[in-house]
Formats: sequence, structure tokens, C-alpha cells
Amino acid sequence: MKNFEPEIVAFCCHYCAYTAADMAGSKRISYPSNVKIIRIPCTGKVDAIHIMKALEKGADGVYVAGCLEGDCHFKNGNTRARYRVEHVQKYLEELGWEPERVAMINMSAGMGEFFARTALEFTQKIKQLGPNPIKIINTDKNQKAVS
Amino acid sequence: MITAEQKPLNEIIEYITPYDRILLVGCNECVTVCAAGGRKEVGLLASALNLHFLKQGRTIDITELTLERQCDPEYVEELVSEIDRADAILSMACGCGVQTIAERYKEKPVFPAVNTKFMGASESQGIWAERCRGCGDCLLGITGGICPVARCSKQLLNGPCGGTSNGMCEISPDVECAWCLIWERLKALGMEKRYEEIMEAKDFRPAGGGGPRKIIREDLSL
Repeated sequence: MKNFEPEIVAFCCHYCAYTAADMAGSKRISYPSNVKIIRIPCTGKVDAIHIMKALEKGADGVYVAGCLEGDCHFKNGNTRARYRVEHVQKYLEELGWEPERVAMINMSAGMGEFFARTALEFTQKIKQLGPNPIKIINTDKNQKAVS
Repeated sequence: MITAEQKPLNEIIEYITPYDRILLVGCNECVTVCAAGGRKEVGLLASALNLHFLKQGRTIDITELTLERQCDPEYVEELVSEIDRADAILSMACGCGVQTIAERYKEKPVFPAVNTKFMGASESQGIWAERCRGCGDCLLGITGGICPVARCSKQLLNGPCGGTSNGMCEISPDVECAWCLIWERLKALGMEKRYEEIMEAKDFRPAGGGGPRKIIREDLSL
């Protein structure tokens, strides 16, 4: 797929990653617009189904960005999120999908530069992996229908 | 409760590949508690199956439904309105639920999406351990509330055996010796004398040795 611009969903914790994104903005540090942020009260709120549904709806990559280990505002929401991300990764592996399409990232509210760097690195990684396999099939189907 | 674990996705996919319309049925009871086949797991499995088939360029119609209890005909009856729109049923309940559906809807193939494991209790979040074998003649009253049938690897009634080591079983350092637990518990309760009494060989006919078991309550049956 030429000029592939991935769509990435980032579930960002209100208390850290979301604020870090804000910080990146305040510092005028740009990050790829491919990353679509969904603000959540804690990464512990993110369930495996949310990640799976994002992929099912066509997201090329999904990451969950929570507080640093041990710093969760709700004690251990980020640890739970990590387990859930790992669960989805195993699921994807079983299905023959690249588990790297899903990731867990930890940061604090003050790490604006890290947020921007992570967004860039994840976008690059997804660009290397290519589009969501469902999208490839749909594009092929549409092209056949047109021709 | 009855515990279960989801089957490998490949096996589930193999079952349903010949069909286009799947009725995916979960159960709100035991399999919900052990996170194997409740509403959440139904959604997750439906999503995974969609990812698999969409990747192959195929769309299958998956209807998600979670019943209050799959092992009761009254609740299984609720599938009547959906059954005609399905080519096959995929059940996330234990073996009892799968069989109740198979018995009621004889014209539709039913496939299990989970492996039913054992009767267990939750040790902590995410950990379930076997606690009962359903032997039909409960011994817990004389063993301090710890079951040697379910928890002793040899099902010894007068243990422990020589394989016990520092309170653990010889089969694995992670498995507690049931008879050590029983002794400690009886001691704590001041009931050491119980331990002295030799238990006679157990009659395993009520445990299923006499064929499939059934309970008939005439006062309740219609």
C-alpha cells in the first residue's frame, strides 16, 4: 500500500500520558497526527475488548499509555493494563497477527518529550508492519470491484 | 463452581469454518466468574473470530448472547427467537450448558468454545484450584474441612504418604500435601483424635462408579 499513513489509537491515562501529551503541546514538540488519543481515567479501565474492537474497526496499531510502574493514581491500574495488553498480544499471535501492533507504554505527566518520541517510534514501527490485514483485504476487494 | 478455560482459537475456528452464521452463547454463572465464558469473553471471542475471518476476506455473522444459565432448559429456551438465524451454535458454557443446548435444539450443530476443567474455588484473583471431586459422600466433616479426595494426589484416606516433604506433595513443590493441611487443621481445632481413627475403604459408587448420576427430588419435580 503506497503512502501508508497508519491510524493509531492511544488509550492515555488522564493522570500521566494525557497530561504528557498536553505538555508536549505546551512545549511545541510535534508528534505524528496518526496517533488518535482517547483519554481514560486510568489504564486499568482499558479492557482487552477495547483493544480488540479498535483493531476490528481498522486501527493499524493500538497502545495503552499509563503511569510509571508503582505510580498509578489508583494503585495498580497500569499493572492490570499491562497484563491485559499481554493477553491481547497472545491472542493476536494465536490468530496469526503481529502482536507488536499492540503495546503498553509507561510514562509520567512530565514526560512530554518522551510522549512525542514514543508516538513517533510507534508510528514508524506500524509503518514497517504495514496496514491492518483487514484493510488490505478490503482495499483489494474494492480495487477488484472497480476494475 | 465449575471452572473452564477457553479452547485454543485454532480448534474453535476449525469447528465453525463451514458455517456463515454463528450464534455465540455465553453463560452468566460459573464461567463468568472464572472469566472463561461470560458476556465479556463472548465479546472478546467474537472480536477475535471476526479478525480471523476478515483477514481471510470472509465475513461471518456472529450473534452474541449471554444466558443467565445454560444448564437450565428455562433459560436455554430464550434462544428460540435467534436459533433460526444461525447455522451453528458456539457455546462458551461448561459441558452441562453445551449438552442442554444440544438436547433442546437438535437440528443445529453445537460446538464447545471452552474446556471444562474442575470444581474449584478461587485462591486469589485469577487463580482457581480444585477443591471437590463430587464423590457423593462428603468426608469434610471428619477431615477438618480439607478434602483428601480432591486435594491428595493419591486420594489417600489415611495419609500422608512417604512423598510428603515440608508440607508439600512429591508431585510438585507447588502442591500442598492435603494430609499435612488436614493434620495442622485438626491440631488447631484440638481434634487430633480424629486423625487416629482409621478410615475404611471408600465406596466410590456414589462418585460415578455406578454410572451417570442423577438426583430426583419428588417434592420438587412437576
